[in-house]
Amino acid sequence: MTDNLSNHNILHKPNWCPGCGNFGILSALKKAFEKLSLPSHKILLVEGIGCHGHMVNFIETNHFEGLHGRPLAVAQGAKLANHDLNVFVISGDGDFLGEGGNHFLHALRRNINLTCLLFNNQRYSLTTGQASPTTEKGDKTKTSPQGLIEEPLNPVALAIANGGTFAARSFSGDILHLTDIIIKAHQHEGLAIVDILQPCISFNKLNTVEYFRKRLYKLEEISNYQADNRLEAYERALEWGDKIPIGVFYRKEKQTYENALLTLTEGPLVSRPLGGIDLEGVLKEYR
Amino acid sequence: MSAQFFKVEPSKSSSVDFTWKIGGEAGWGIKSAGLNLSKAFVRGGYHVFSYDEYPSLVRGGHNCYQARISSEKVRSQVLDVDILVALNKETFDLHISELKPHAAVIYDGRHFNLVDPTDKKLRLINIPLREIIKKHEAMEIMMNNVALGATIALVDYDFDILAGIISDQFANKGEEIIKQNIKVARAGYDHFKKNYPSVKLLSLTPLPPLPHPHQDSRLLLTGNEAIALGAVSGGVKFFPAYPMTPASSILHSLAEWAQELGLVVVQTEDEISAVNMAIGGAYSGVRTVTATSGGGFCLMTEGLGLAGMTETPLVIVNAQRPGPATGVPTWTEQGDLRFTLHAHQGTFPRVIAAPGDVAEAFEVTINALNLAEKYQLPVIILTDKLLSESHESTEVFDYQGVKIERGKIHKESQSDSSKYGRYAFTKDGISPRAFPGTANITVRANSDEHDEFGFSTEDSKIRIAMMNKRQMKLKHLDKELPQPRLYGPPQAPLTVVGWGTTKGPILEAQKMLTAAGIPTNFLHFVYLTPFPLETVTKVLNQSKKILDVEGNFDAALAGLIREKTGIEIKEKLLKYDGRPFYPSEIVNRVKSLV
Ligand SMILES: Cc1ncc(C[n+]2csc(CCOP(=O)(O)OP(=O)(O)O)c2C)c(N)n1
Repeated sequence: MTDNLSNHNILHKPNWCPGCGNFGILSALKKAFEKLSLPSHKILLVEGIGCHGHMVNFIETNHFEGLHGRPLAVAQGAKLANHDLNVFVISGDGDFLGEGGNHFLHALRRNINLTCLLFNNQRYSLTTGQASPTTEKGDKTKTSPQGLIEEPLNPVALAIANGGTFAARSFSGDILHLTDIIIKAHQHEGLAIVDILQPCISFNKLNTVEYFRKRLYKLEEISNYQADNRLEAYERALEWGDKIPIGVFYRKEKQTYENALLTLTEGPLVSRPLGGIDLEGVLKEYR
Repeated sequence: MSAQFFKVEPSKSSSVDFTWKIGGEAGWGIKSAGLNLSKAFVRGGYHVFSYDEYPSLVRGGHNCYQARISSEKVRSQVLDVDILVALNKETFDLHISELKPHAAVIYDGRHFNLVDPTDKKLRLINIPLREIIKKHEAMEIMMNNVALGATIALVDYDFDILAGIISDQFANKGEEIIKQNIKVARAGYDHFKKNYPSVKLLSLTPLPPLPHPHQDSRLLLTGNEAIALGAVSGGVKFFPAYPMTPASSILHSLAEWAQELGLVVVQTEDEISAVNMAIGGAYSGVRTVTATSGGGFCLMTEGLGLAGMTETPLVIVNAQRPGPATGVPTWTEQGDLRFTLHAHQGTFPRVIAAPGDVAEAFEVTINALNLAEKYQLPVIILTDKLLSESHESTEVFDYQGVKIERGKIHKESQSDSSKYGRYAFTKDGISPRAFPGTANITVRANSDEHDEFGFSTEDSKIRIAMMNKRQMKLKHLDKELPQPRLYGPPQAPLTVVGWGTTKGPILEAQKMLTAAGIPTNFLHFVYLTPFPLETVTKVLNQSKKILDVEGNFDAALAGLIREKTGIEIKEKLLKYDGRPFYPSEIVNRVKSLV
């Protein structure tokens, strides 16, 4: 580690509910940073608004905690301005798929090198437990007292279907697995989506730790699963019932947006001098 | 602080000043023809102001473009037309009332018949535009060039200048295309000379070349082009935006220059993304601008406050068009002043600047970038369709002399490890910025209320201290904010008040009034917030009579002046039909008041 901020030390104690899945994600994130030897000053976490967004206070890296639904937009701007930064998007199911759904679809089209961690607790938890875009059909919440009518969105399937180059799922209760997936996502050159299943002990009585322990199985343990076949990956992604797969569903090498921009081959934008531009070529058109 | 005074000189009687107008269907290349003619006169040393009208359609519908050409500086379109090129009958019918006595009408007699239904003694000049095209096996769109050739002959101007413009326009299309275009233009020129030897409207020789360090001619630019040039001269490297008329041409220019000038230009999925990407870029340390019109600015409103709270430098251009909703997309209005003043919840400092002409658009953009970074706040540049899309000849900008001021920046060497606080309390409320990636520190920006280090807080004392800190920046900014200018004699019997793009028509009206023996002065606002209280109070307290001129329904500036100074302006000239002010409308109103 090249700086003296090293251990991504917690300055403020997390104020998530005791037993919240976010603690597991925070541990996995720190472990991943350590294993990747990423110094704090080279990491940028861009948070949305939700319980997940409180991450801004709990880990020693650069942070931009923006508005509900917008972390992906801020992160893409920050990355294009300085592509030497390791940029992580910290978002929730409401943040990423509800308020910010449009940004997700278009980020897939661009394929900018970012790691998106979707804290998926199937609830709007910070706002005390309304239904979210991933709440299961029929589930009763404050906003669906008779049972939810809508079908849930599936972020992994969405990513695979729409040109995503890395789609994975993990579980906040399996820190080792999650750490490994975060590392793989970060090592992927392009937009990486990690759907992190996470129980909300306060507002989600259906998708509990028990619920997941019974159902989860690892793609890594399936012989011959290569994560390079889009249709097979899509089919796996749709599996949600007695069995729920975790692991890397799909991975594909594709040119990133940054690499397609000739302008950025000379290094990050932020390192360019501001003045002294020569406009004579441009001005010809106006004479 | 006091207003600067600027003299108003009446026109010289010997000066040349005429308006040429071309009209036809959308898709016939009306704009490009108008631009070529305008450029031909700018290259010859003339001043030009060009204004175009077009419907929100790609093909069909009436388009027109008018160029006012003069030996003196011109700042606005006028109602009276000296030469009309009517590519179809509709153009003649629609614009007949604008024609001056003895005006010339260039038309294609084989396409439609014209008789002069007026008593203006119009000079009808029949040029077989389509036949000439056919004869030269040229494309129909080149018809414009035949009309341009005939125009050059009509005013006895130098054909070679036009030929030069055409060569440059088609430089990438090859010799053949260039030759053919020039040939048809020449045919129009010759046809006029041969068939109308006795009609001579004017005799315009090019003026002597202008002395200038860069080049011998002025630039012909729109306000949007000036903003784009200001942006890149001011160090902007990142431009995320979503298209919306009349802001889109900023995006087009920057996208066009991106490779040559080393910019990253992103067409985003919406304006919400544009403003948030811009904020991400600015947080990372890159100078960033985005641009939109009112509807897109609505979507950017949430980002505006995010920049305010996180103290991220952000420049947004709002090119206004008549609202609400989709409104009248391709026309002009100054309807968004109140909206931009108050957009977003809560209180945070912002700057609003509305340039009045192309030169001011360049200056204001650079100043906006500097103010945004020095004071770490959002700056909104308010323009409108009139300035954004009209062409004005202007002196070449001194883009190499641009002063870039980034404000307080925390350097690595000053740091002792993790002590850096992004929102550190300081005397002037401005905390040194650092960019993510700086060794030994981390930069924590937070949209929740936060403490000095960027940690979220709900503490009452810190909340008050942070609000005060952010607002305190305005006190210091106030000292360097350019003041409204007063044009004309301070003792004049009437003061006209206006902001932004009414500047051109008002200055032109003042000239006409001065010539008629009616002196006026004009208080022009570029910077609207923070409000220039002292200057305005001083000037308006001395005014004998005040007329507020605004392109909107609600007289937003008059309301703002009353709110801030208590001075009520009773006389108002307001326009909200999508059309810009014509100087004569202002002259008539002033005459009725004095
Ligand atoms: C524009 C806007 N609308 C609504 C809210 C209120 N709000 C804050 S967080 C949130 C939902 C959070 O859900 P999710 O993203 O799933 O995060 P979680 O709290 O479950 O981690 C809502 C609706 C807001 N802050 N901003």
